[in-house]
Amino acid sequence: MSRITLSKLAHSYNPNPTSDADYALKEMDHVWQDGGAYALLGASGCGKTTLLNIISGLVRPSQGRVLFGDRDVTDAATTERNIAQVFQFPVVYDTMTVRDNLAFPLRNRGMDAAYIAKRVGQIAQMIGMEADLNRKARGLTADAKQKISLGRGMVREDVNAILFDEPLTVIDPHMKWELRTQLKDLHREFGHTMIYVTHDQTEALTFAQKVVVMYDGRVVQMGTPEELFETPAHTFVGYFIGSPGMNLLDAEVSGSEARLGGVSLPLGATYGATTGRTQIGIRPDYVTISDEGLPVTVKRVEDVGRHRIVRAELAGQPLNAILAEGQTVPADPRAAFPPAKINVYDNDWRVSPMGA
Amino acid sequence: MEKTQNNKAWFLVLPVLVLVAFSAILPLMTVVNYAFNDTFGQNEFFWAGIDWFEEMVTSDRLHEALGRQVLFSLIILAIEVPLGIFIALNMPKSGFWASFCLVLMALPLLIPFNVVGTIWQIFGRVDIGLLGHTLAAMGIDYNYTNDPLDAWITVIVMDVWHWTSLVALLCYAGLQSIPQAYYQAAKIDQATRWSVFRYIELPKMKGVLLIAVLLRFMDSFMIYTEPFVVTGGGPGNSTTFLSIDLAKMATGQFDLGPAAAFSIMYFLVILLISWVFYTVMTNLDREENR
Repeated sequence: MSRITLSKLAHSYNPNPTSDADYALKEMDHVWQDGGAYALLGASGCGKTTLLNIISGLVRPSQGRVLFGDRDVTDAATTERNIAQVFQFPVVYDTMTVRDNLAFPLRNRGMDAAYIAKRVGQIAQMIGMEADLNRKARGLTADAKQKISLGRGMVREDVNAILFDEPLTVIDPHMKWELRTQLKDLHREFGHTMIYVTHDQTEALTFAQKVVVMYDGRVVQMGTPEELFETPAHTFVGYFIGSPGMNLLDAEVSGSEARLGGVSLPLGATYGATTGRTQIGIRPDYVTISDEGLPVTVKRVEDVGRHRIVRAELAGQPLNAILAEGQTVPADPRAAFPPAKINVYDNDWRVSPMGA
Repeated sequence: MEKTQNNKAWFLVLPVLVLVAFSAILPLMTVVNYAFNDTFGQNEFFWAGIDWFEEMVTSDRLHEALGRQVLFSLIILAIEVPLGIFIALNMPKSGFWASFCLVLMALPLLIPFNVVGTIWQIFGRVDIGLLGHTLAAMGIDYNYTNDPLDAWITVIVMDVWHWTSLVALLCYAGLQSIPQAYYQAAKIDQATRWSVFRYIELPKMKGVLLIAVLLRFMDSFMIYTEPFVVTGGGPGNSTTFLSIDLAKMATGQFDLGPAAAFSIMYFLVILLISWVFYTVMTNLDREENR
């Protein structure tokens, strides 16, 4: 087990990258703490899998270094890194029994038979496949195969890290929840560094202590679920996390005041001058619809079960709000924003208030 | 939902049936006719019962040819299958060189059988052949027209040259269908090269290998043209395989009765062996699924 450091790392699948757009991963510096549970969150094609494959050594980065602890492993083969990775689609060795599948990584490391038998037993219990141990892996359902893949990923106790590449995509929802819980337990018990790639925010937020949000080949924010929710560092984080995502409204910001569509709005802090497209962001959860505040036009109200979502327009810009239980939309609806919950964005990046 | 049974659909098979009847079944019946009769020409036939079959089953000549045939098929399978797998494993997976290799591998398969025979017949000649002459110049006593062992080696090398590509191309197709994730997972699991072959590549190639072995077995068991062009079955009878022997008997000695009985048994043997082979292999497959 060790800390993973990515130093000035960048990767392009093009051998002669010329512009920024040629890079699947833009230059980044990150440290993944030993024993941390990380979720790597982002839309499809943003470079999550590339980053994971670089850490596991399946892909060699075109620039920068990868360090495990203090050891530079940039050029080390996957086998030398002693790392586990579970892929999106199940990979099982068809001709082997479930037992042999689970034992395979241990046998390759030359562990002794008694230990292997014990460890395979534990893992089989964890993934709930004790009864199938002597079956051939071929002919099992996709669900079961993916559980074997997960088991194979977790069977080695001495791995440097366990990487999961959207491992629960093919698993049915009930099992998904159970396996995710087990992964968390496993993390608590053994303290492996775990990196869990997903595009499902619920999965990311429930699994990880720290969520790493990627967008267009960049890590835009690395933080606790709470930080991602309260202070998204990038408009993408605001939009991607939360349901519905953060409201982003074009505005002019001067000092502690924002002006949009001829009305002014107090901000919780004072901001310096912005240079590019300026937006203010506020979570729908913090917008209150009542007869106080800025006038809005309500387009429709959606009932999603737990609560209702108001789809409205403020000064020609779309605005979502979550309606508290039992609350009704007044005849002349107005929206109020708690100043402390407003974030300011300049060219999509969050601006820190002055003096903070 | 109940399936509708429409037996009229069988009529759609009729054209094929008629074609096959004229091209295969009726000519085969002529052979059957010869096998059970004796004839002295003029379309006069005398019932011979199973005499020809008895004669052939007890014939030493046929036993020897059968022995040579089995040996030949086993040798070329033992060489071509592992060699084909080896070549397929080492072929580039993509890019220009992949296409280049594919074309190169396909070339021997495109050459007509008697041309292959002629190529090797000349290639191996001691006086003008590149191979024969070079070997002679190196002081190796090689002459496929005199020495049975040299003749065998020539015929086997020729067959390997001609047909290993088929095995290689089939295996290559099997290998190409393996998703990259399998190789990645094997690396993660710290598998050795041998394990990757044994647990990933070989199982995925099994289907195509079955076809390759079956095709190569049937073809080699029926081999005629190439060795006939090169050695004519000689020296002596040393490279006289079943079909060469059959042709000698039928068109050389004009023993149509025995030859017909011979070909029917020959046909049935190939059918039987192929069927047994196929059944065993597919059953193994099913066992494994359990």
